[in-house]
Amino acid sequence: MGLQILAIDDSRTMRNLLNATLSVAGFDVDLAEDGEDGLRKFDATDPDVVITDINMPRLDGFGFIEAARARKRDRVVPILVLTTESAPEMKARARNSGATGWIVKPFDEEKLVWAIQRVAASGENRQ
Amino acid sequence: MDKDEFRASFFEECEELLEAMHDGFDQMATQKHDEETMHAVFRAVHSIKGGAGAFGLNELVAFAHHFETALDRVRSGKLELDAGLLDLFRHCGDNLTDLVSAARDGDTPVSGTPALRAKLDKVLGADGLAESEPDEPDFEPVTLDFGDLGLSTENTSGLTMLFHAEPGLFVCGSEPAVLFRAMEKLGSFAVEADLSKVPSFDDLDPASCAITWTLTTSDDVSRDDVAMVFEFVEDQCTLDFVSISNTDGPELSDIGISDDLADIPEEFLPSAADLSEPHAGSGPVAAMPGLDDQNEPTASVQESDQVPNKESEAKGNAGGGGTIRVDLEKIDKLINLVGELVIKEAMLAQSISDLGASSESDISVGFESLKSLAGEIQEGVMSIRAQPVKPMFQRMARIVREASAATGKKVRFVTHGEYTEVDKTVVERLVDPLTHMIRNAVDHGLEKGAARAAAGKLPEGTVTLSAAHRSGRVVIDVSDDGGGINRERVRAKAVERGLISASDTLSPPEIDSLLFLPGFSSAEEVSELSGRGVGLDVVRSEIHKLGGRVSIHSDPGEGTTFSISLPLTLAVLEGMVINVAGQTMVVPISAIQETLQPRSTAIHDIGSGGRVVRNRDLLIPVIDVGAFFGFRAEPVDLNPHVLLLIESDDNHRYALVVDEIQDQRQVVIKSLETNYHQVDGIAAATILGDGRIALIIDPDNIVRGSGAKLTGDLNLQMAV
Repeated sequence: MGLQILAIDDSRTMRNLLNATLSVAGFDVDLAEDGEDGLRKFDATDPDVVITDINMPRLDGFGFIEAARARKRDRVVPILVLTTESAPEMKARARNSGATGWIVKPFDEEKLVWAIQRVAASGENRQ
Repeated sequence: MDKDEFRASFFEECEELLEAMHDGFDQMATQKHDEETMHAVFRAVHSIKGGAGAFGLNELVAFAHHFETALDRVRSGKLELDAGLLDLFRHCGDNLTDLVSAARDGDTPVSGTPALRAKLDKVLGADGLAESEPDEPDFEPVTLDFGDLGLSTENTSGLTMLFHAEPGLFVCGSEPAVLFRAMEKLGSFAVEADLSKVPSFDDLDPASCAITWTLTTSDDVSRDDVAMVFEFVEDQCTLDFVSISNTDGPELSDIGISDDLADIPEEFLPSAADLSEPHAGSGPVAAMPGLDDQNEPTASVQESDQVPNKESEAKGNAGGGGTIRVDLEKIDKLINLVGELVIKEAMLAQSISDLGASSESDISVGFESLKSLAGEIQEGVMSIRAQPVKPMFQRMARIVREASAATGKKVRFVTHGEYTEVDKTVVERLVDPLTHMIRNAVDHGLEKGAARAAAGKLPEGTVTLSAAHRSGRVVIDVSDDGGGINRERVRAKAVERGLISASDTLSPPEIDSLLFLPGFSSAEEVSELSGRGVGLDVVRSEIHKLGGRVSIHSDPGEGTTFSISLPLTLAVLEGMVINVAGQTMVVPISAIQETLQPRSTAIHDIGSGGRVVRNRDLLIPVIDVGAFFGFRAEPVDLNPHVLLLIESDDNHRYALVVDEIQDQRQVVIKSLETNYHQVDGIAAATILGDGRIALIIDPDNIVRGSGAKLTGDLNLQMAV
C-alpha cells in the first residue's frame, strides 16, 4: 500500500489533476470537495498526508486545518496547503492553524510528490 | 484521463463557475446579497485562475488575477461596492467569460481585456497589485522561501548544521525523524543528538524539544538541497550552518555521529499523541478551537442554507449534492428506449382490449401498474435531459447589458423562474430566438429616456424574462415596459410591403401579428443591434421547429410581451388520435382548445367556398383537414363531423374538421424531416398501439397553409 493521501479542493479540475498526479506517483488518493467533506474523509480514512486548498465554500482550508488539528490522533498528520495565494499573512495564518507546509499553485508535479514524500512519516513508522 | 480530457473538464467547470459568478453579481445588484455572495464570486474567479494556471493559460490567469484582486478588496472591506464598481465587475465577468471561450477554442484573446485591466488598476489604486502579487502571472511552481537559512552560494563541500526544533514544528505535523529521513535521500548523512539538555522525566514537556541535533552531510549535498528539505519548517526550527567541514571530515568519527536514526532513543522522540493535547502556553495549540467549538462551522452552514439564494450556489457549485457526468448519447439512447416502451405499452393495451378482458381481470390490473411504472420511468428519464433555463437567462442578461450599452438606454433586467427545467436541446435552440427577442425589447420595445420621462415612467426601462411550467408546457415570456407596438406604423409598413391592402380592417392583435410575417422587417429598420437580417418570422419558425408557439401581446404605453410556449420534451407528446377521410392522424392536445359537434344551423357559408362556425358569439373559420391534405373534397354537410377548435399563433381561433376522435394518449415523436423534408401541415409521425404509423399534424401550419383563403374571413370574427 502506498501512502494514503487526502486531497481537498473545491475545483473539480484541480481534484482531477491532483488525483492523476498522485495516483501515478503511487499514492492512494482520496478526494474531498471542501473543508467539511475533507473533515469527514479525514475522520474516515486516516490519511498519511493531507493536501488542502484554502479558498473553499462551507469550510475553508484554515477551518479544516484547525478542526483537523483539534482531533485526537496518535500522530499529527502532515497537512500541506496547496493554493494560488502567496501572501505572507495568509501563510502565517495557515501556520498558526497548524499547517505543515505551503505550496503555491500551479504545482510542479515532481515537486509536489517530493514535498509529500518528505513530510510523510514513512509507511513502516506507522505499523 | 489524458491532457485533453483534463482540459475539457476544466472548461466544463469554468462554465459552472462563471454561472456562479454571474449569479453572485445578480444578487449583488438586488442588494439582497450577504457576505457569502462576495466570497462565492471570489472563489469562482479564483478557481478559474487556479485551473487556468495549471494549463498555462496565461491571458486568462493574468486577467483573473486582476479581477480577483479587486474582488478581494471588496471582500475584505477595503473597497466599497457601489453601482459603478458592480458594473465594472459585470463587464469583467463578461470579459472573463470571453477569455474562457477564447482559451477553449484557441481563439485570439479578447480585445477588451487591456481596457478593463486599466479600469481595475484604477480602482485598485497605486498600490494595487503590488500589495498581493506581481503584475504578471509569473508565480513560480513552488515558492521556496529560503529566508534565514543563509543560502547564498552553491556549496560543494559537506555541510554541518545544528538543528533545534521549536514547539510549533511538532504541532504542525513535522517531525525531526521525517526530516532526517528526507536528508538521507540527498546523499550520505549523519546525525548526532545532543541529549544534555533533556530534563528528567518529571519535568519533560512533550511539546517542546530539548534535543539539539548536529547534522552532517557529504560534500555532494548543497545548501539548496538542505533548504528544500527544511522548506516547510524554516520558521519552526533553528538551523545553523556551523562550519564547512573538510572533505576528509576526521571529526565525524571522533564525535561519534551515528549514521542510523534507529540509534536515537525512541523515548526521546516526542510522541505525537501527547502533542495533540492542547498545552497552555504552547502557542498555536492553545489557539486551536476545542472539541466543543467544532459545531460552530456546521451551525454557520445551516444558517446560510436558510438564505434562499444559497440554493443557487449549491447548484452552481460542482460540490453541491453528488452528481455524475453522463455521456449525452447514453441518455438519448435511454430516451429512445423509453419511446419504444411507450409504443409497446400502447400495443399491449390494444391487445388486452382486443381480448375483451374486464378492467378487474388480473391482466388489466397488472397492465395498469406496469403502465404507471412505465410512466414514472419516462418522467424520470425525461427529467435527466431537462435542465434549468438559468444559464440561458444569464446569457440573456449579458445581451441586455450589451444592448443597453449600444442603445444608450438604461435597462433593468428581471428574471423569474430561472430554475424552470426544459429539455436540453430546447434550451440550446432557444438561445438564438431569445437573443433576438431580447435585443428587440431593448432596441424597439423600450422608449428613449426622454420619451419615458414624458410618459411619466422611470428613466430606467425594465425587460423581464420569465419561465414557468404551465399545463404540461413551458412558457417563456419576454416583456418590456416600453411604449407598446406602434400599430399605425406597423400597419403602414405592412401596406407598403404589400402584406395587407390599405382597405383591410385589422384588429389590434391582428396588426401586432403582422410583425411575424416574413418580409415585414426591413432594411430601413436595420439598426446596429437588432437588425441583422433576422426578422421575427425567423424567430417564429425556429420556435415552430421546437414544437412551440409564439404570441404577442401589446398595450399602448404599457409595453409588449412576447410569449413562447414550448413542449417539455421533443420526444413524446400528448396527442388526440383522430380519423379523417379514412386516415388516422394525431393532433397535439396542446393546440386544441375545445371540441365541438356542429349543428348545421351554426355553420355559415361566406361565399368563395369559405365557411365559418358560430361558437359563443364568435364566427370561427372552418378548415377541413381532409381537404387540406387532398384526401377528399370538402364535405358539404358538417353534421356528422367533429370540429377541433384550435388557437393559432396570432391568437385566432380556427375550427379543424375531422371525422372522429378515437383516443387521447401519449405518442412518441418520430421526426420525418430527415427523410421527407418539411411537409406542409405535418409535424412528425408516430407509431400507434396497433403498430400502424400515424402522422402528427401541425395545426398552425395548416392554418397558415390555408391562410390566403382566410384573410378575408379574419374580419368576421371581430365584426360579430
